[in-house]
Amino acid sequence: MPVSKAQALVPGLRVAPADPAEDAASLERLALWVLQRFSPIVAVDPPDGIVIDSTGADHLHGGEAAMLEALTGRLAMSGVTARAAIADSWGAAHALARHRAAPVFLCEPGTGESLLPPLPLAALRLPPATVAGLRTLGFVRIGDLLGQPRAPLARRFGPELCRRLDQALGQASEPIEPLRPNGLIEVRRSFAEPIAAAETIARYIGKLAVQLCAALEERELGARRLDLLCWRVDSNIQTVRVGLAQPQRDPKRLTRLLCDKIETISPGFGIEILSLTATIAEPLAARQAASRLIEEPAADLSGLIDVLANRVGVRAVYRLAPVPSDVPERSVARIAPLAEPVGAGWPDHWPRPARLLPRPEPIETMALLPDHPPVWIAWRGIRRRVRRADGPERVFGEWWKRDAELIAVRDYFRIEDDGGERFWIFRAGDGENLGTGSHRWFLHGVFG
Amino acid sequence: MPARSFNPALAALRDQIARMEGDGGPTRGALPFGVPALDRRLPQGGLALGCLHEVAGGGNGAVDGAAAACFAAGIAARLPGQVLWCVTQADLFAPGLEQAGLAPDRVIHVEAGDDVSVLACMEEGLRHGGLGAVVADVARLSMTASRRLHLAGKASGTTGIALRRWRRQADAADFGQPTAAMTRWRVSVLPSTALPVPGLSRARWLVELIRARAGESFDLELEACDGSGHLGLPAAVADRPAAAAGGRRSALA
Repeated sequence: MPVSKAQALVPGLRVAPADPAEDAASLERLALWVLQRFSPIVAVDPPDGIVIDSTGADHLHGGEAAMLEALTGRLAMSGVTARAAIADSWGAAHALARHRAAPVFLCEPGTGESLLPPLPLAALRLPPATVAGLRTLGFVRIGDLLGQPRAPLARRFGPELCRRLDQALGQASEPIEPLRPNGLIEVRRSFAEPIAAAETIARYIGKLAVQLCAALEERELGARRLDLLCWRVDSNIQTVRVGLAQPQRDPKRLTRLLCDKIETISPGFGIEILSLTATIAEPLAARQAASRLIEEPAADLSGLIDVLANRVGVRAVYRLAPVPSDVPERSVARIAPLAEPVGAGWPDHWPRPARLLPRPEPIETMALLPDHPPVWIAWRGIRRRVRRADGPERVFGEWWKRDAELIAVRDYFRIEDDGGERFWIFRAGDGENLGTGSHRWFLHGVFG
Repeated sequence: MPARSFNPALAALRDQIARMEGDGGPTRGALPFGVPALDRRLPQGGLALGCLHEVAGGGNGAVDGAAAACFAAGIAARLPGQVLWCVTQADLFAPGLEQAGLAPDRVIHVEAGDDVSVLACMEEGLRHGGLGAVVADVARLSMTASRRLHLAGKASGTTGIALRRWRRQADAADFGQPTAAMTRWRVSVLPSTALPVPGLSRARWLVELIRARAGESFDLELEACDGSGHLGLPAAVADRPAAAAGGRRSALA
């Protein structure tokens, strides 16, 4: 469309000259961001795409669907509208992301063949001339091509068409050449004879870690995220990614973290190249340790945190910090395990249970309204007589968070049954006005 | 050990047994509970440091483990340093732990999906040596696993507390199986004493030492942990005449 026509259609249109070089550079910066946060194998898929090998990286984000959500969500927050798809092959993912995703699409393994036929031919990454030529012949969708004999097509349009078809169907391999931006600290080692034994891999990881730490020390950096890439002889790449809670360049510690994950590497017929990169590196200058004469140095827990976080996941290792909220579920926030001490605790004037149920469980009760504790409760099929009780402690809804909580109220009671077991129960509502809650009773916690 | 008379022959025998057990070095002192009636009956005058201990709840406490968690938190609170708490599912309520003496800044929680990972994380924490205590909610604890944990704690001097907690109360029979733990405790709730006004007084526990290496088992009625992690002696017991307070004297004393 000529510019003058576009300006006629949209008044006040801003016109900027196309700058393919700047676009490509910007796409590469975006790919680097994805590389640092999501997966060790990321490549630019020009002109407008990024291809990610999510094998072995999705579980760190809680599965494929959660990873796509996180990816598009974080891109949207920084102003990039993205569509994403996961499929068995690069070709299928490329096609589904552009023609099916809204804004994400998750292709079940092995179903690519049934999803591709309705898509247009442009999804096959073919040169425009080939697409135009095929359209002249009456081919519109990928499904039209699949049933055709290959030989005449190859004769007319060259080998490119059949190669793209095979790549989309996953019948031809298409390795992803990982993005290696300038300035990335990388050490690699090639082997004349492929290696496969776990001990051998561990030995070379140790050697690479020493080299990497030397490279990091030159620049006064410490690694926050490490990627170990193992190129197999069949051009498959196995990856190991470990994160660190604090910048580190201690070869022993890095080796330990990487060697913990050797069992996840499948060496196949052998590994011919090992490469270790510090995908995220942060400044780490030498500093003086605390002297034992003056004060006892605090134990360094970062090594332990790293080992635990790489074993159970970064989000599963945390400390808890108080949040100023009277609603029990909201009064606790998770913070990083090595964050600065918060110092404050929770208000101490009301006893709190040691165990809080994941969600309040409804119980049957008999109680005098509006402000008496129940006479008995039945929880999980067991009826308990309430011998002593304390309360109510009234918790008001947080109207500044949700409109529904404008007049919501919970009345908490501590009760003790005949056997001495103590429970934390509450009634939704103030006992008089049904608008404040349903007046049903719930058990929320168990005291020790 | 204020009440124990020192017998060199017995001490030599204990050393010999410790060497045969191959635990590697002597234990690193003990943490007294601050309740003389309890400390007097423990072999070292308190909870042995740098060892593995087991705590479980009695009755429904075997499932929810609330009293056991407070008991463990009280012990961890009185040890210096950070505490690693490994769980399979996060249902600890940090304000409740704080009221048992364990400030939130001191606890690093690890949420491992299954028992095997919990044990692995616990061992990792015990081996590190920089922590004050490691607590883990575990259901099954085999002899091998507990031995590993015990040796890891011995080597680094970190105290480990295996908080035994089962999915169903029927599974709690597993608590009878032998483990390498130094002591095995059961904490059950008891009805509290009545106050002159409506309300709840301090919670009351029946603390049973079911098994102790080189010690005798006993049970004692105690008041739950206060804000500094200390147990209390119920007033009715504390005010007894001194002669009666000792209870059953152990044969080794």
